[in-house]
Amino acid sequence: MSWKRLWIPLSILPILGLLAYGFRTDPRAVPSPLVGRPAPSFTLALFDGGRLDLDDLRGKVVVVNFWASWCYPACYEEAPALQEGWRAYRDRGAVVVGIDIQDTEEGARRFIEQFGLTFPNGPDPGGKISIDYGVYGVPETFFIDRQGRIRAKHVGAVTAPLLRERLEALLEEPA
Amino acid sequence: MRRARFGAAPIGLAALAVLLVVGPCLAGAVSDEEVRRIAAGLRCPVCQNLSVADSPSEMAGQMRQLIRERLAAGERPEEVVAYFTAKYGEWILLAPKPEGFNLLVWTLPFAGLLGGLAGVLLVVRRWSRRPAPAAEAVDPAYRERIQAELERLEGS
Repeated sequence: MSWKRLWIPLSILPILGLLAYGFRTDPRAVPSPLVGRPAPSFTLALFDGGRLDLDDLRGKVVVVNFWASWCYPACYEEAPALQEGWRAYRDRGAVVVGIDIQDTEEGARRFIEQFGLTFPNGPDPGGKISIDYGVYGVPETFFIDRQGRIRAKHVGAVTAPLLRERLEALLEEPA
Repeated sequence: MRRARFGAAPIGLAALAVLLVVGPCLAGAVSDEEVRRIAAGLRCPVCQNLSVADSPSEMAGQMRQLIRERLAAGERPEEVVAYFTAKYGEWILLAPKPEGFNLLVWTLPFAGLLGGLAGVLLVVRRWSRRPAPAAEAVDPAYRERIQAELERLEGS
């Protein structure tokens, strides 16, 4: 077969390659440039009245979870896992912080009550914190190490095994 | 000379006072147009192919508000865009920066266009150079037969 005949079938190859690449990436996934960088500071006015400053948690492993009461089912799936993780690891130096975004206070309070959440939770008025964290949907969860750096980002509901694995790894690191 | 100098000082002071009063107000007033221009170049994170300027979503609204606040705080438009790029990566820019690998996106269409044009020219030239087919000699047997049949037709 001459080169001229091969030319047309061969020209399909780059197109196939491009399609294979395109279909394997999720067009809705937004890569986060924040992993590896210092976690942006924030002050959260908690639903139970207190205030929480991220900088005060330096030295601890922090799980920052962005959620909303309208985020069904993912946020409803992960809430028990987060509460369980908080209960199991708080004594070992881990903190779970919930940030409620684009929500009504009423809905948020009902959600917290429904799952009996005891970790610090607060709203994000104006979306300042979520934009600062490059959040593009709920739920999204950031894992912050003892040095205050973002080490991982999880998009979608976290599961108990995932939470355990990440927390164990980060807690083992020296402060 | 002296008088003129003394005369200019109060005017200068007055101008300074006006600037001091009006300046911050001017800086605080951010035009909708400026916010829109920045928002139109940012991709709305919760939408499918909509800019922050065009999206009715709550998040886009919050982003527009943030753009306004940052401009009001004295940031230049490039700094506002750089803030969003630092948070969301280059993903947030509706038009990729023309550098590195991205250059392909900017140059490939034109390269394709030029290549196609060159191809068409080449083919046209080849076709126009091909000699016109010479009048072919007709098979003598056919010629004879046509002749004979024509004669027969005329004869009848």
